[in-house]
Amino acid sequence: MKTLHVSTRVNGDETDFVCAPDETLLDALRNRIGLTGAKEGCGTGDCGACSVTLNGRLVCSCLVLAAEAEGAEIGTIEGLADGDKLHVLQQSFLDHAALQCGICTPGILVASKALLEKHPEPTDEEVRYWLAGNLCRCTGYDKIIRAVQDAAQKLRSA
Amino acid sequence: MVKVAIWGSLRHATDGAAEVEVEAANFKQLLDRLSADYPGLKPQIERGVSLAVDGKIYREAWFTPISPDSEVVLMPYMQGG
Amino acid sequence: MAFDQQQKRDFKVVGTRPVRPDGIDKVTGRAMYGADLSAPGMLVARVLRSPHAHAKIVKIDISKAEGLPGVKAIVTSADLGRPEDEALRDTQDNCLAYDKVLYDGHPVAAVAATTPEAAKAALAAIEVTYEKLPHVTDVDAAMKAGAPVVLDGRAYEEVPAGWSQNVTNHCEFGHGDLEAGFAKADLILERSFKTEATHQGYIEPHACLASVGPDGRGELWCCTQGQYMVRETCAGILEMDASQLKVTPSEIGGGFGGKTTVFIEPVALALSRKAGRPVKLVMTRDEVFRASGPTIQSSTDVKIGMTRDGRITAAEATLRYSGGCYPNMTCMMGAQAAFAAYDLDAVRTYGWNALTNRPKEISYRAPGAPTAIYAVENVLDEMCQELGLDPIDVRLTNAADKGTKSSYGVTFQDIGLKTALEAAKAHPHYSAPLGPNQGRGLSCGFWFNFGGNSSVTLSVNTDGTVNVTEGNPDIGGSRASISMIAAEELGIPYEHVRTLVADTASIGHSDTTDGSRVTFMVGLATIKAAREATQKMCARAAAIWGIEPDAVEWIDGAAQPAGPNAGKFPPMSLAEIAATSLKTGGPIAGHCESTADGAGVSFGVHLCDIEVDPETGFTKVLRYTVVQDAGKAIHPDYVEGQMQGGAAQGIGWALNEEYIYGEDGLLQNPGFLDYRIPVASDLPPIDTVIVEVPNPGHPYGVRGVGETSIVPPLAAIANAVSRAAGVRLHELPMSPPKILKAVMAKG
Repeated sequence: MKTLHVSTRVNGDETDFVCAPDETLLDALRNRIGLTGAKEGCGTGDCGACSVTLNGRLVCSCLVLAAEAEGAEIGTIEGLADGDKLHVLQQSFLDHAALQCGICTPGILVASKALLEKHPEPTDEEVRYWLAGNLCRCTGYDKIIRAVQDAAQKLRSA
Repeated sequence: MVKVAIWGSLRHATDGAAEVEVEAANFKQLLDRLSADYPGLKPQIERGVSLAVDGKIYREAWFTPISPDSEVVLMPYMQGG
Repeated sequence: MAFDQQQKRDFKVVGTRPVRPDGIDKVTGRAMYGADLSAPGMLVARVLRSPHAHAKIVKIDISKAEGLPGVKAIVTSADLGRPEDEALRDTQDNCLAYDKVLYDGHPVAAVAATTPEAAKAALAAIEVTYEKLPHVTDVDAAMKAGAPVVLDGRAYEEVPAGWSQNVTNHCEFGHGDLEAGFAKADLILERSFKTEATHQGYIEPHACLASVGPDGRGELWCCTQGQYMVRETCAGILEMDASQLKVTPSEIGGGFGGKTTVFIEPVALALSRKAGRPVKLVMTRDEVFRASGPTIQSSTDVKIGMTRDGRITAAEATLRYSGGCYPNMTCMMGAQAAFAAYDLDAVRTYGWNALTNRPKEISYRAPGAPTAIYAVENVLDEMCQELGLDPIDVRLTNAADKGTKSSYGVTFQDIGLKTALEAAKAHPHYSAPLGPNQGRGLSCGFWFNFGGNSSVTLSVNTDGTVNVTEGNPDIGGSRASISMIAAEELGIPYEHVRTLVADTASIGHSDTTDGSRVTFMVGLATIKAAREATQKMCARAAAIWGIEPDAVEWIDGAAQPAGPNAGKFPPMSLAEIAATSLKTGGPIAGHCESTADGAGVSFGVHLCDIEVDPETGFTKVLRYTVVQDAGKAIHPDYVEGQMQGGAAQGIGWALNEEYIYGEDGLLQNPGFLDYRIPVASDLPPIDTVIVEVPNPGHPYGVRGVGETSIVPPLAAIANAVSRAAGVRLHELPMSPPKILKAVMAKG
């Protein structure tokens, strides 16, 4: 199978990689450019652990072909913090103990950021429905919802 | 002598007795005595047992002292998730 | 003072809520899990699995596959020896089938190749000749004489004659005169229940990176609850010396008991040994569902007698569990736990285990208890309804307390069940009004907890900071709780302590992270290690001051003269002693390598409100409250996290999650789309109430908290649904079609 050359931007950096035509964006991120923050929990778009943004849109990177990243802007968990300054959501997850094993955390943070950019003042129910595509098996979601709402409030008053 | 409570399905090895008495000062001696006096208990003891002494469950601690007035209960080997 | 004697003390660090030490790595994507590590020259592995529920392996022909480009190694069970130990042999056969495949997805062969595509092509080129055998996947069917036999000759001596060869265990617990007890009852109810197997559903599939050199030395990186368990099991299967196999635990993306055995690690090591290159093996979600270790499937009968005023006079339960294709002892845990919450004069429980053509069950939070207690609490609730009694009052009337002889024979020490029931009764949730089609349910829950073995080294660094090295993978925040305990004992800030989970070569044996034992046992070992270190620091201070070591004591993070006769010296802090330690006798460390027992049982009470849609049978969970005795909560956030997480898993078990096997014996829903675990929009906020009835077996009073929380939701939800729908359901999960059917049948 012939490989493809892809030029893209990941977290603002120009990035090139080669990939197989049927390779997923998740595999390319993890195996071609070493960004292992996005996780494969299912490979079928059901768990959200591989959540990234593609041109600002929240996607499961296991359902996107790597080749589709050509000319696009990809956002991953590795780009959430600004240098050594954590994003408000990241700090909020720490402060609210909104993670246990942490495997779902990158996906949930990426998804939450996408939510708050679209809806800066969501209701709890809106947060729960927005995050319904991100499975967490440790927390029962309670502390996650609180962390997102606290971050939303801080972002609004910033 | 220490009185040891035996769970129901092991009582085939103790002539139906729910409690047996053995000479033992610790967990190891107790298991050895039980195996010797009641050979029918041996397979289960080899598969693994826990021992509750005065309400505390010990999974494996041969030299845990046992006094004659202790409540001693033989239990299956504890597992957990 | 005896070490385990409790002191009344004001805690400085314990009970606070600092940020966990592994937090930053986990919110930035830096934390390294099982699948995140790669090595130069690494091959990727794929596993060929049985397409049948039960079949004899006639022949495996790998000759075509071996010749394909990029294929570097293929292994089957023929590449492994035959361990003498039966349990180890079962584990090995579960990793690579020997002469039969016993379930859909049972591994048959594995390939290591240069690319995933080459590995996949090789799998397709392996020719396996099967001879299909009749199969059985249901526990009740498997027990009957004449059922297809999964494995023969595996019944323990305790199993009476007349059953299928599949029946491996039979156990009985209890005391008192049942007949006399039932004779005293005003109401006797007898009900039967069935629950389907569920899966732990950890989001991280099993993953490992194995490397074995030509000298036979190996390194293994994997996600596991127990690196020593992995080492011993793999060394046994591969006939290696334990010292030559270094196992490093990655961050673990959930376990809940499911990562307390091996599925892929020996296979990856065997491939690496054959290929002479590192091999990475990661399971897909489909493989995790089909061929890791779900729970038992259960079929249960419960009979309870009660007086008009709510006193239980006799109680009996028979549990028939199937833990899949290899023997296991889970029915014994269930049979002991079923009536543990109650003080009963006459109680009997019987447990059975039968082999079926399903993957071997592995622990899932309080293994065996949820399904047993579900059935018991369901019957109790129906009795309360029938007698017009308050369900909490009835439980309080019968609740086990200190001095109660439990149904499994042990007399309880201090326990927190009554305290938890009273807290539940006083909670505003219990008296809140309910609307139409809504119901409130509650259930008690119980788990044993245990201590076991662990090793801890606590090193005092020359700059006054401290490292704790331990051998138990951190699943739910234990590095935070261990650091807090070290800081508490030493009297230094939490931020000055860093706790590290080490590989098998860096510290001595530690039992697997299970049984809710880590904060209890590793915490206890940390206290002991810290006290050894403070003793050494006192001796150093004494030497500096020129007084006797026993004239110095450790108070508030500093060595101080013990009383006026010892002399007048200003307190010498840990940092000061550490700074000169290399001149005063060398590095300072405390160790503890030991066994701890006395974990202290844990009780909980859950309350829930649900609404059933009578048109669709859909259940919405409206409100949920968890009350649990933690003994002493070290880090309340993560105690609450355990309570909420267990509740959410139990809610899934009650309402949606199930293994669905077809007539063909194949698993029909091996994915998160069809095996639906609760998502954020399925759940309400989960309120928590931590009660603290100190465990007398721990100096701070700590009890294990990780498992009890999955026990009550099954019955709490079932009782709420039954009250809302006006009809009792006796099967889990209570998925919408089942509820709708029950509602329609009621008319």
